[in-house]
Amino acid sequence: MEIKVLGPGCPKCQKTEKIVKEVVSELGVSAKIVKVTDTMEIAKHGVFGTPAVVVDGEVKSVGKIPSADEIKSWIQK
Amino acid sequence: MAEDCCATNGNVMILACAGGSNVGQLSNQAAVELTQEGFGKIFCLAGVGGHLSGFVQSARDVPQMVAIDGCSVGCVKAILEHAEVPLKQYLVLTDLGIEKNKNFNLARADVEKVKTAVKASTGGSAANGQPSGKTSSGSCCNC
Repeated sequence: MEIKVLGPGCPKCQKTEKIVKEVVSELGVSAKIVKVTDTMEIAKHGVFGTPAVVVDGEVKSVGKIPSADEIKSWIQK
Repeated sequence: MAEDCCATNGNVMILACAGGSNVGQLSNQAAVELTQEGFGKIFCLAGVGGHLSGFVQSARDVPQMVAIDGCSVGCVKAILEHAEVPLKQYLVLTDLGIEKNKNFNLARADVEKVKTAVKASTGGSAANGQPSGKTSSGSCCNC
């Protein structure tokens, strides 16, 4: 599983990355977490804003810090 | 970097039908100008129609959105319904008294009428009082 956190480095993006890492650790799943900060790379995902979370190529959340429960639901599907 | 730098809060998503008539192109022209003026940000309806996840999820998650259909055929509305995106503010330009035709020499007065209607639909301006101030070139990610 690959989880991308899109964001140039603002506090909300950093918080999102932190929660994603915590959830992955808690669930004990094997996941590669990638922080994408390059604006052009972010733009390729077609998101309106950041932070955004992408799980295995599918954008799950845009412009907000997702909850741990939301992230769990994306990972456990 | 400011905490809200990249948040979508205060940035109105504008989805225009951009169809093959004067009203379709009016919707697009108004969306372009409102973006340039920092009121909101034009977004790719085609991406939503193509069910690309970044576009669909963006439309679902954005706090403020104005969808602009040129006429009562309602293509924008249908696309959003098909993508299971909740409709928020919604305008049909023929309802503003603009007659649909194939004259693509858009009247300045009509463009202004549409822009005014878009602003009014959000309660006067973006972010409850002020334009976002973030143009397409000034936001963190030009998506």
